[in-house]
This record gives sequence, C-alpha cells and structure tokens, in this order.
Amino acid sequence: MKYVDEYRDAALARRLAQAIAGTVTRPWTLMEICGGQTHSLLRHGIDQMLPEDVTLLHGPGCPVCVTPAAVIDQAIAIAGAPGVTLCSFGDMLRVPGDAGSLLSARARGGDVRMVYSPLDAVALAQARPDRQVVFLAVGFETTAPATAMAVLQAERAGLDNFSLLVSHVLVPPAIEALLSAPDARVQGFLAAGHVCTVMGTGEYEPIARRYRVPIVVTGFEPLDLLQGILSCLRQLEAGRAEVENEYGRSVRPGGNQPAQAAIRQVFAIEPRDWRGMGEIAASGLGLAPVYARFDARNRFGATDPAPPRASPCISGDILRGRRKPVACPAFGTSCTPEHPLGATMVSSEGACAAYYRYRRAAAA
Amino acid sequence: MCLAVPGRVLEIAGEDPLTRSGRVAFGGIVKAISLAFAPEAAVGDYVLAHAGVAIAVLDEAEARRTIACLDTLEEAER
Ligand code: SF4
Repeated sequence: MKYVDEYRDAALARRLAQAIAGTVTRPWTLMEICGGQTHSLLRHGIDQMLPEDVTLLHGPGCPVCVTPAAVIDQAIAIAGAPGVTLCSFGDMLRVPGDAGSLLSARARGGDVRMVYSPLDAVALAQARPDRQVVFLAVGFETTAPATAMAVLQAERAGLDNFSLLVSHVLVPPAIEALLSAPDARVQGFLAAGHVCTVMGTGEYEPIARRYRVPIVVTGFEPLDLLQGILSCLRQLEAGRAEVENEYGRSVRPGGNQPAQAAIRQVFAIEPRDWRGMGEIAASGLGLAPVYARFDARNRFGATDPAPPRASPCISGDILRGRRKPVACPAFGTSCTPEHPLGATMVSSEGACAAYYRYRRAAAA
Repeated sequence: MCLAVPGRVLEIAGEDPLTRSGRVAFGGIVKAISLAFAPEAAVGDYVLAHAGVAIAVLDEAEARRTIACLDTLEEAER
C-alpha cells in the first residue's frame, strides 16, 4: 500500500463515473472547498467525466488566494526593514499585494526567502542570531499545527529574533458565509480532507443540519474525489443532508487531538478579512495574547494600507463560486501565471491557475 | 497549499515530544518531518506530512477497506 497509485486506477474511475451517471436524475450543484481538490479535479479531467446535470463550483480553499493584500503589503514593509530575513511558502512570495509582491521586495534588496516549513524559519533564526527572522504564516487548519509548532519550538529555544505575521483562516465560517449569501447556489459540499485530518468532522454537523446540505469529507486522488462526489449526489437524490467521511484512511472523527491542543494553546480566534469575500466573523487565527511577543506586528509596528489598485480581476466572484475563470476577460490574455493580476492566478491551487494549466484550449 | 503527502517513516530520533522527528521517505526523497503531532508513529508507518509536520498516521486497514469497497462497487450500489 503506497496510498497514491491505488487511488488512480482508471478502470475503477470509469466505474465510479458510471455509478454517478446512474445516480443523478436532476441538476445538482456541488462545491469543492479546497484548491488542492480543484487542481486535482481539473488535472485528472474528473469534471469532464460527470453528467451534464452535475455542476462543480470551485470554492475559496486556497489560503494564498484569500490572504488580504494588506497583509502582503505589511510583509513587504517588514522585509524592507534593516536586519530582517522574511520567509514564507513559495506561492506567497509571488502573490501581488497593492504594493507589489515579496519577490519585488527581494529584487529591491530585501532578504526574502522561500521555506518549505515554518520549522525551517525557526532553524534559520537559531542559525542566524544576527538577523530578525519573520515568518509570514498563512494557511487553513491543515497548516495551523505547523505554525503552532514553530511558535512552541521558538519559545522552548528562547528565541528573541523570531516572529510571525499570522493570517491563518478557518474553513467552517467560510462555508457558512457562502451558504448564507442571498444568491447561494451550492447544494452539497466536498469538505477538504486535510483540514478534517486535523480538525475532525464534528464542526460540520451543525452546518449540514442548519443549511440542509450534505457535506462529504473527501481526499485528493481521482478515486477519492469521484467517491466523494458519488456520496454527495446519493445524499441529494435521497433528500439526506449528513456529514460523511470518505477519507477514513486519514480523517478520524475527532481529528488530530495533539495538533488541536497546540492550535488552542498558540492561537486565538479573530475576525478575518478574506480577499475577494470581505470580513468573516471568527474566521481567522491570530497569535494568542500570551504569545504576543512573537507577533511581528508588535515588533515592527503596523503599516498603513496602500491604496487599492484598480484591477479587472474578478477573483472575488471566482472564490465565491459565482463565475468560472474563463469568464474573466483578462484570463490568459493580460493575466497569466507569469504575469498574474490576481491571487487566484498566482497560487498553484488557485482556480485561475488550474484552468490556465488544464483548460486553456477549451477557453480559446 | 493544503497538499499533504504520504511518506514512510524510516527512522525516528528524539524523545522530547516537542522535537521528536522522523526521516520520512516520499518516493525517492527523504525529509526530516516533525512527529510531535503523530506520537503513535512507528518506523515503517506511513504518515501524512504537511509543511514539515506529520498530521496523521495513515490507517492501512481503512485504506484497504476503501479500495475493497471500490472493487465491489456494483454490489455496493443501492
Ligand atoms: S484570470 Fe487573472 S484577472 Fe481574471 S479573475 Fe483570474 S486572477 Fe483575476
């Protein structure tokens, strides 16, 4: 068992697609929350294996895409301060704020580095006591344990040259925001398997009940996705609205308890501004007051936001599942992965980047 | 960004729960992965790693059950 190849079997995928076709009797609209799933659905052509009656909308589940421009501008300002080394994940360095991207800050002489893990940033701070190392921390519940671990390790090591600019986001409040919008169209959700690996499935139960939507926890391989779609459609056809777990090899109902304990210890829930969606109450994680000494905002001061730039980008509609990337006049013309106008084209998990990579011919 | 990759634990170092770490093989690539949130992980297990941290030990029995269910899809159809 390698946990990858087994879930890419083409013959099984066809049989699942047939089972889906045999299940559907009327039109349904589903949304996958997670950008990793969007990417996998397009890469493996799963959207094209589904009956016409099934519409897949792509959700806001790309942390890079929803990080507000003001946070990126603040990171750029910090990167420009003397003695600072600013680290983040690769995609975060390319995302445009209103004052450019972190890569443009590097071109101006800032010490900006890509890291694979927040723990690499802690190690860098230990190796370079002469530098102030700042980690720009973004991500969903999947990534929050790694960020929490970085804080706990920095505390243990007594580091005073490590801090974080934290802009973490939470999935359930975003689902509720989508469902309570007046033009809500989504009838069933594929919940993000790796978010639920950390958090478990309990917090989705009240949402499924309140809004009468099935929520199926789904993995990332083709068979996982097809199985999740089939389960969701079976529920809809039968008039059920339950939380189901189709990613049992990774997701336990209670999630990862030690990781949740670290999240509760290190972070406090706060309102968060989502790029393209606006502020959502209680949808973010920031550092808890006891860890305020690791907050880069306290260490370097807040910055005034740059004036927003006029842009043809419709990524707000795309993140809310209102429009598809090919509906954007800039798609593939003035906006490409090399010259992105919006975050959804930058991130490898953004819907615009996924369509650019796998569906450009269809759009032409 | 929430990409998390299954890898096999080759070796475990450290007793301290906060810094316990494993050498984990992802295909041909071997990386150091924090096992602080996977205290039950043992050598030979597959863990799911994200941003340098294991967030789950994969459940082989459950994984086989899923595949077996898919294999008997026709019978499973209601
Ligand atoms: S194609 Fe570019 S400009 Fe259009 S919505 Fe996507 S990111 Fe924005």
